[in-house]
Amino acid sequence: MTDLGLTPFLVLASFLFVCGVVCIATKRNAIGILMGVELVLNAANLNFVAFARFGPPSFRLEGQVFALMVIVLAAAEAAVALAIILNFYNNHSTVDVDRADELRG
Amino acid sequence: MTLSHALFAILASVTAISALGVVLSGSIVRAAVWLLFTLLGVSMLYFLLGAEFLGAAQLIVYVGGTLVLVIFGIMLTAQGPFSSLKTRPMEWVVGGALGAVLFALLVNAVWPIPDLQPGGAGTLPGTGPLGMGFLGIANNGAVAYLLPFEIVSVHLLVVLIGAAYLARAKRHQRTEGEA
Repeated sequence: MTDLGLTPFLVLASFLFVCGVVCIATKRNAIGILMGVELVLNAANLNFVAFARFGPPSFRLEGQVFALMVIVLAAAEAAVALAIILNFYNNHSTVDVDRADELRG
Repeated sequence: MTLSHALFAILASVTAISALGVVLSGSIVRAAVWLLFTLLGVSMLYFLLGAEFLGAAQLIVYVGGTLVLVIFGIMLTAQGPFSSLKTRPMEWVVGGALGAVLFALLVNAVWPIPDLQPGGAGTLPGTGPLGMGFLGIANNGAVAYLLPFEIVSVHLLVVLIGAAYLARAKRHQRTEGEA
């Protein structure tokens, strides 16, 4: 009986990535799109950690370091995106991205 | 079926189902709750992979920070009819078809990668080696990740100042307009 390998993690990460992309493509709420971005970043992170675990020994540290950086940058990205969305909501009283064709207000 | 297989099956189904819930739920508040379970599932998968520090960081930063930020954003913007903006059926069809094609493509690309087995010791390097790596000292004496660490730090500082400015500026302008 072989132990748990790399491929299941990669397939799960692809599924998360596709969910994120479909979420970005179909949501009309700007915050829903932000959630899709979070899903995509999580899928990439899962790949990093899976390769850190199953890849060659030199990946052990690197995979984790990159995953940590992605986590921190995702937090920064969420902060800026929410600031922009709140600004847009103040100007237009909606968060519908179909009506966001001009940002000046 | 080993224990890790069973754990992976449970965690993967929780993660995948709640990711689907994020995509399919009409109300944005429900999508946020589904996203909470997805993030929890991913952090548990990190624990399963032996990356304890990353799992904890995911719990603290994502679940405790980013998701709270998102929920505050929902509460500040969701009013009346805008809390559930409906996607048109045609967009569901196109988006679903594109998603299915993309998933088939990705699985097709992932499948030829050999199903590597975990080699060597059980867990990944923990907090100590990671911290030393960020300080620029790797295990084998090579110069490590000091520069990326500094770049990320400065980036975070700049981004948070920018976010505070963006969130403040409008309120300023509005009080001027009302006066």
